Amino acid sequence: GAMGGSASLIPRDLLSEYQELTFLSKQEILLAYKRFSELLPKEERESACFARVPKSNILTLPELRANPFQHRICHVFSTSEHGDDSMSFEDFLDMLSVFSDSATSDIKSYYAFRIFDFDDDGTLDRKDLEQLVNCLTGQGEESRLSSAEMEQLIHNILEESDIDKDGTINLSEFQHVVSRSPDFASSFKIVL
Amino acid sequence: DGSDDNEEGSAVENEETVKGTGRKRATPRTRRGHARGRDRHGDEEDEDDEDESRRAGHRRHRNRRRGRAAGNEASDSDMEPAKARKNQANQKSKEDDEEEEDEKGGKSGKDKNEKKVDKKADKKGKKEKANKKKKDKKKSGSGSDSESEEEPITEEELAKLKEEVEEKKKLIATLRNKPWKMKKKLSVLKEAQLFVEKFEGALGKGKGKKFYAYKVMMTKKWMKFQRDFENFKTACIPWEMKIKEIESHFGSSVASYFIFLRWMYGINMILFGLTFGLVMVPEALMGKPYGSLPRKTVPRAEEATAMNFATLWDFSGFAQYSVLFYGYYNNQRTIGWLKFRMPLSYFLVGVGSIGYSFMIVTRTMAKNANDDGGGDDTSFNFSWKMFTSWDYLIGNPETADNKFASITTSFKEAIVEEQESRKEENIHLTRFLRVLANFLALCTLAGSGYLIFFVVRRSQQFALEGLENYGWWERNEVNTVMSLLGMFCPTLFDVISSLENYHPRIALRWQLGRIFALFLGNLYTFIIALMDEINLKARYLLSFTMFDIYLGNVRTSKEKIVKYNMTIWEASLYNGTIPENSTAPPIQVDPADVPRGPCWETMVGQEFVRLTVSDMMTTYITILIGDFLRAVFVRFFNYCWCWDLEYGFPSYSEFDISGNVLGLIFNQGMIWMGSFYAPCLPAINVFRLHTSMYLQCWAVMCCNVPQERVFKASRSNNFYMAMLLFILFLSTLPAVYTIVSIPPSFDCGPFSGKTRMYEVISETLEHDFPSWFGKVFGYASNPGLILPFILLMVLSLYYLNATSKSYKEANLELKKKLQ
Repeated sequence: GAMGGSASLIPRDLLSEYQELTFLSKQEILLAYKRFSELLPKEERESACFARVPKSNILTLPELRANPFQHRICHVFSTSEHGDDSMSFEDFLDMLSVFSDSATSDIKSYYAFRIFDFDDDGTLDRKDLEQLVNCLTGQGEESRLSSAEMEQLIHNILEESDIDKDGTINLSEFQHVVSRSPDFASSFKIVL
Repeated sequence: DGSDDNEEGSAVENEETVKGTGRKRATPRTRRGHARGRDRHGDEEDEDDEDESRRAGHRRHRNRRRGRAAGNEASDSDMEPAKARKNQANQKSKEDDEEEEDEKGGKSGKDKNEKKVDKKADKKGKKEKANKKKKDKKKSGSGSDSESEEEPITEEELAKLKEEVEEKKKLIATLRNKPWKMKKKLSVLKEAQLFVEKFEGALGKGKGKKFYAYKVMMTKKWMKFQRDFENFKTACIPWEMKIKEIESHFGSSVASYFIFLRWMYGINMILFGLTFGLVMVPEALMGKPYGSLPRKTVPRAEEATAMNFATLWDFSGFAQYSVLFYGYYNNQRTIGWLKFRMPLSYFLVGVGSIGYSFMIVTRTMAKNANDDGGGDDTSFNFSWKMFTSWDYLIGNPETADNKFASITTSFKEAIVEEQESRKEENIHLTRFLRVLANFLALCTLAGSGYLIFFVVRRSQQFALEGLENYGWWERNEVNTVMSLLGMFCPTLFDVISSLENYHPRIALRWQLGRIFALFLGNLYTFIIALMDEINLKARYLLSFTMFDIYLGNVRTSKEKIVKYNMTIWEASLYNGTIPENSTAPPIQVDPADVPRGPCWETMVGQEFVRLTVSDMMTTYITILIGDFLRAVFVRFFNYCWCWDLEYGFPSYSEFDISGNVLGLIFNQGMIWMGSFYAPCLPAINVFRLHTSMYLQCWAVMCCNVPQERVFKASRSNNFYMAMLLFILFLSTLPAVYTIVSIPPSFDCGPFSGKTRMYEVISETLEHDFPSWFGKVFGYASNPGLILPFILLMVLSLYYLNATSKSYKEANLELKKKLQ
């Protein structure tokens, strides 16, 4: 692709450091840079390394557009001080690194936990799980589970995963469950 | 001002990480590398220290902004008075450094870091001092000032220093595994890199300095090379964009087929490289040219039709008498001015292809087995559905809707199933239905086997009566029937399996198993019928001469006859006398006229090539008709049809993953079986996979819809690999058997004239290696040595199996303890 031009906009030292610090290869980083700068208005493209992209722009990416966790993903990876979930290029790289193919299952499960933790309290309690199920079953009214089914489902999940029986799932319980899944690493993947 | 911004930034960042890791100190923290000296504190040092320091004075904030390495914070927080003073002095000097940079820098920490990089050389002097003092703080207890560059470094300190440098290097290598934000990672990285750079130089002092520096430089260069090579390898992977598009439309299970296809393509490229480069090209360039030997010339009788397209498509005529098939190769020990050992190369390429295929399939299986984790299937059923069912690769809203629907269905089903799992109604009916289904499946398999046998026999009849009397169908009956069976029987199995009422995953396994049995049965029936045909042809010829017709002696007897005929024919050239000690010059005969011996290897090779080609044609036509025309029909005739074609019958087709994967596996089996006899097979297969990739990618995007039941058959990955391995084993059995037990044809091929094909090895050892080598080889191939070796391997297999079992048990015990 036409990536030759953008290569000159990331300083070489920085590029090699990004390679060192993320699971992405050089081409992937350059492609990420290209896609990121396309989300910016024309005037800001030159300094894409330092600009922040508002959340609404990030969500137009086809990779995130259809994802039910799009808002949570932006929130978790954003380092914005204003709480508007805007992302800088480094946040974007962080996100791509965690979702890349070569990322370890540990770091994926860590961030998956953060993403599923809707109220950001460090554990997955009933409310979080309910919201999670509603995200997964889609927006339509017919596809939602009835409250009885929801109760049963959450009961089953807690029975399986809540080892210390405190009614919530914390990070280590989550990682214990998810690391045994054969599908997790391959489904928790986004490639530009 | 800038520093304030950064304070907040890092404060927010750290709060997030605190929350994210939860109340319990979980694994990410424990993995942070620490220097060994600091085992006074637990692994929570890092976060605690950072929190504390934030609440501490402004001065420390300025230092935190750079996020200095763990050691720094630790020593700061547990300051002893002596150290405290030193630290303050250090901090002051560092502040001076940073203030300078602050003024020159911009707002974000990013800028500062960049400028730090740019000015690294300039600041090196100051930084060295700062780093030296930092190193002091790291050493727990040994707060001596002896680390200045001019003073000698003792052995003990050298060792400690080395340790710390190694720790830093490990930190750098694992930095990407840490769940930190990029800013923090960058600063930690830079710091660690500076430390390593500075002290690798210092470590070089003393004994072995030059060697150490050289070693360090080579390691750096090697790592850089490795990284560049990884980048290059990723760039070389073909079809990445295509597969990504399919992934986003259809999810990862459909894409897994294309990934499998691409992997097969890679294997076939290597096999092609071997056969093309080491067998076909040398013979073409350096062997005797076409027309110089009888085996290399089209016989006079066939010359007229040799160039027809029909003959070439059938791989006879000129195609048969070329480097594409076994029969063309001459049995000269060396050819050309390079003294290229052609028969040896042919043999080694054949054996090497098999060996390489085994190695790579086993390696991939082992890798997949590692990834699987080996947990049991049902212990986290609901949790997995909840946490791992969404496929993040989906980028298409329609696919996403399908996925939502399938997730909902799967939740509801799982809930219902779990409630009903106590009820056991009507076991007997279910059992009866399942037995009935298996019986029907067996009948289908037997029927298809018999059909193939019957058809091959018929084709023998046709051959005997001369193929010219029959049309296209009779000529290609066998191949067409086999391909059609491969197309319709799986659908039949699908219908049968609806009787069985299994869980979809189990039903898929049964389906795959039955299709596997079908293809296997077909292939082996085909081979048996082929062998039978070869023997039958020979028998037919012999029936006129009333020789002994034991199956084992058939071919050799046939060859004797032909040899006898040839000597008689030669004699006829000398006007009736059979010269015993002839001194007359041999009469020049055109090679086209010389009578030929039978060449069963080429025949077998031809059959495989024809089978591959017809299979390829069938697949393409099925795609075009079954998918494309159907889609066109549904799309355009929907307007003028009574019922809604798109939702009812026939609607758009779904991509049949398992059928396609099995087809791919079995075709590869045929390639493996036939490539010893027809070196052109890998080339044909490469072409075939290449066009398949493009055709199927286009067909999938254009004519198929995402599957309704999107459930992951990811465990099947290793199942497919296991099947591939099994097929590989079965396919190489015939080739290995022929190499070891059957005498090669006397009149064609690189092994003609030998009693067994593997004799080429002993011949090479005799001529090309020094005599002691041959002796060693002779000793090594002594059964007395080989049997104990096999025994040793069996014992080590048993041992490894036992240890793996004990690990699994220990795993289960730990799991239980956790609960």
